[in-house]
Amino acid sequence: MSVEVRLPTVLRPHAAGQTVVEAEGATIGEVLESLVRSYPGMSGQVLTDDGSLHRFVNVYVNDDDVRYLDQLQTKVQPGDTVSILPAVAGG
Amino acid sequence: MSLYSSVLELIGHTPMVDASALSPNPSVRICVKLEGQNPGGSVKDRVALWMVEQAEKEGLLVPGSVLLEPSSGNTGIGLALVARVKGYRLKVVLPTNVSPERRQALEMWGAQIIESPGSEGSNGAVRLAMKLHAEHPEWVFLYQYANHANPLAHYEGTGPEIWQDCPEVTHFVAGLGTSGTLLGVGRFLKEQNPAVQVWAVEPPAGELVDGLRSLDDGYIPPIFQDLAGADLLDRKTIIGPRESIEWTRRLAEIGVFAGISSGSALAGAARCAQVIESGVVVTVAADGGWKYLSTGAWTDDIDDVVERARRIIYF
Repeated sequence: MSVEVRLPTVLRPHAAGQTVVEAEGATIGEVLESLVRSYPGMSGQVLTDDGSLHRFVNVYVNDDDVRYLDQLQTKVQPGDTVSILPAVAGG
Repeated sequence: MSLYSSVLELIGHTPMVDASALSPNPSVRICVKLEGQNPGGSVKDRVALWMVEQAEKEGLLVPGSVLLEPSSGNTGIGLALVARVKGYRLKVVLPTNVSPERRQALEMWGAQIIESPGSEGSNGAVRLAMKLHAEHPEWVFLYQYANHANPLAHYEGTGPEIWQDCPEVTHFVAGLGTSGTLLGVGRFLKEQNPAVQVWAVEPPAGELVDGLRSLDDGYIPPIFQDLAGADLLDRKTIIGPRESIEWTRRLAEIGVFAGISSGSALAGAARCAQVIESGVVVTVAADGGWKYLSTGAWTDDIDDVVERARRIIYF
């Protein structure tokens, strides 16, 4: 199952400059693993070595942060948009 | 009406207005707390006053002290007001790409502006302020992102005011920013009624101003970690610039002249109202619209405003 993944500026160089890429999976964890398989330059940037979400990465399914849903087990449906955004300061 | 001896006594006790006309769900009321009514024009007046008075109590601030703070605007302006009235000097590290009104407000109240690169966003301002503080340990660095007086201002002020004016609140929705508002108000409301849900709204930083060389340059405010923010929040949702500006305009349609982050908060409140059956959503309009007039947010073509938002720090 294929979903759209929107990349932040800092990850685009690892995907030949693309803003949006396709990835496979039924959960966020699977989608991110598929992303790193396709673009190995992102390994360590999105998921840590033990397979958890990098602390400065926020991942959203249709605008909702997966940390407040089911984390990496959050389900995705065909047609969903997954967005990866860096954690930055505001205020 | 009352007569006050200092403008600092006007900080807080802001009004709340029913904005249910904008609710997408007839069974959900939306109420907005108008923080633009503070004398420095934003919710950050509360934080500035609490941080300064806490530092005075601890003996960190004495007559003649110099304050240093990184801020994309409102905290700097609040501190400039408090510092001017109390007689301290203030240096604000400000990214170059903020709206010009912010710079003028800071200068009006005598703050010295130290510029940080616009391309590095708020993160860059934080980094530069830390470097300057290491070089000048005599400057008092209140550091809103790590200062517990920031959420305390909301735990002791904003939260109780909301509870007093709207005890029927079921959901509290606010922008993330330093996380001070969500941590303070969220904790207070959940202590009064554990069923209250707390939603964070995150307006994504302008793509060109996120200031990151790699994801390892990311930033989570220390107060958010210290106070277990991730456990307090029930949900976090992103609102893009277009939606923020559309909702800022909708607020104006019901007479509320508020800043662009208020549009994001309202968009979040509306999204919340859409997914719940019934309830009362309280949100915060963090500042008034005055500082954003130069952005053309209400009058220009929305595509142009959104395009500009990619380069300017609005929040």
